[in-house]
This record gives sequence, structure tokens and C-alpha cells, in this order.
Amino acid sequence: MRVLVVDDSKTMRRIVKGVLETVGATAVEEAVDGQDALSKVDAFKPDLILLDWNMPVMDGLTFVKTFRGKGMKTPVIMVTTEAGKSQVVEAIKAGINNYAVKPFTPEGLSKIIEATMAKVAQSA
Amino acid sequence: MSMDVRHINAFLEATKTVFDTMLKIPVTFEKPVLNSAPQTHDVSGVIGLSGDVVGSVVIGFGEQTAVRIVCAFAGTRHAFGSADFEDAIGELTNMIVGAAKSKFEGLSVSIGCPSVITSPDHHVSRPSDAASICIPCDTPGGRFVIEVTFRSIDKAASSKPVAGEESNAITSAKSAA
Repeated sequence: MRVLVVDDSKTMRRIVKGVLETVGATAVEEAVDGQDALSKVDAFKPDLILLDWNMPVMDGLTFVKTFRGKGMKTPVIMVTTEAGKSQVVEAIKAGINNYAVKPFTPEGLSKIIEATMAKVAQSA
Repeated sequence: MSMDVRHINAFLEATKTVFDTMLKIPVTFEKPVLNSAPQTHDVSGVIGLSGDVVGSVVIGFGEQTAVRIVCAFAGTRHAFGSADFEDAIGELTNMIVGAAKSKFEGLSVSIGCPSVITSPDHHVSRPSDAASICIPCDTPGGRFVIEVTFRSIDKAASSKPVAGEESNAITSAKSAA
């Protein structure tokens, strides 16, 4: 599984990469904001994108809208401190596949990743 | 509307959740006190709040405490003042404030990107007319403080002209203090 981790925090990218090692990720690419992620998806061809919401330059919500607007189907999990009901609804409407709230346990994030990929595999 | 116990409890709960979940170290709290004079820190994570709540949150540490807490959070030791060290302090601040914000029921609040100040014995200035609370926190890695400074604006007040809104906010903040 190839995973693109999009977060402006290097610390957070490192923590998420640690979790990805436990769920069978074979390649991980990093992006520091939505614009950086858009520039990397074509070359990297991720199977999954883990996406922060609050980032400079281009935030996660704008990335999802732009990404889906291009017809891209790659599953996206929003990993964010934004836990309000209205934010979750807004992100789902924009096209995310699942939602993980920071702070998270490694086990909790692993389960969300596995559930998301299982659902995508079922619907394929 | 001014800062009340629910807002303070939101920061207590958020800090405990972040430390339990991400750092795996316990945190306890002393009684929050009115922040009559700015606290001094060696490193501060600072985040602004806007929307129905306007203000700022400062999470301030001494150098050794910060190094130990960053090590627990990032899973590796970073040199005090390095880019990786400041990134970890910023993300920790972002996580605590974001988690607290989600507990502000009925209020629409946005948080900015965190800033980190690394300088011995600095303090972060705040408006003199704003209510500020200091929450002392204790961990096995050392003590730190959370300074919560804000005025809440209800949705009706936020639609008033700026001058009127400012006047109401100052009155509200002083009465809270």
C-alpha cells in the first residue's frame, strides 16, 4: 500500500508514518500542505491519502475539493483536531472517505485505516 | 458572555487526553488562577482563536521540561531550539487547543497555525483588558503552564458595529476578572 501523508508538522508525519509501518504500507511519501500534495499525487500514485485539515498555503478541505474536482478516486482519511460535527459533515461532503481525530492512539488510527481500505476493496 | 468554568474545563480535559494518548505520561493540574502578571517561559507555543471566541492560548515550558515532553511526544530527543523541537511544540499546542476548541459547544471557533517562541525567560504579551487564566500543569517530566486569554463574543454581539462590540467585550472581560 502506497500512502501519501499530508501534514505541515514533521513531528506528526513521523508519528503517522510509525502507524503506517504496522498496517502494511510499502511506500510513504510526505507533503507539507495541500498544494504540495497536489504536486506529488500524479508521480507517487498513492493508494491512500492521510490528510491534515489546518495547514498553510492550502488546507486539507481545499485539497479534497480540488482533488475530487479532478475526478480522483483515491481514498482520503482526514486526520485532524477539527472534531466538530459541522466540520466532519463538511469534510464528508467534500469527498473524504473517513475521519480520524487527533489525538489518536496508534491502534485507533490503524483500525480506521484498515476499515477504510476494506470498505474501498468491497466497493471496487 | 465571558470566560467561564466550562472553557477552563475544556483545556483541562484536552490536555489530559493529549498527554494520555500521545505522550503516555500522566498530567495533573493545580487550581487555575487569574493571570495577573504574564508568566515567564523558555519556550512557548502560541495559538490565536477567532470567531465566536477571540483570544489566544500560550503553553509555556522551562527548557528542561520542554525537552523531556518533546521527547515523549515525538519519540526521539530533539535539541532545544532546533527546527524539529519547535515543530513538536507547535503541534502539541495545536493538538491541545484544537481538542479544547471542539468542546466549546454551540460556539463557532477557528484556530490559527501555531507559533513557537524559544528564548530564555520571555513572556507573551496580551491585551490588558482581556480576561486571562493560568492553568499550572505537572508531569513527571516537569511543570508547565497554559495561559488562556480571551473574550467570548455571542453571535448577537458579533453582528454589532465594531465600536459597540469592543465596548461590550471590554466590560465583559473586566467583570470576568
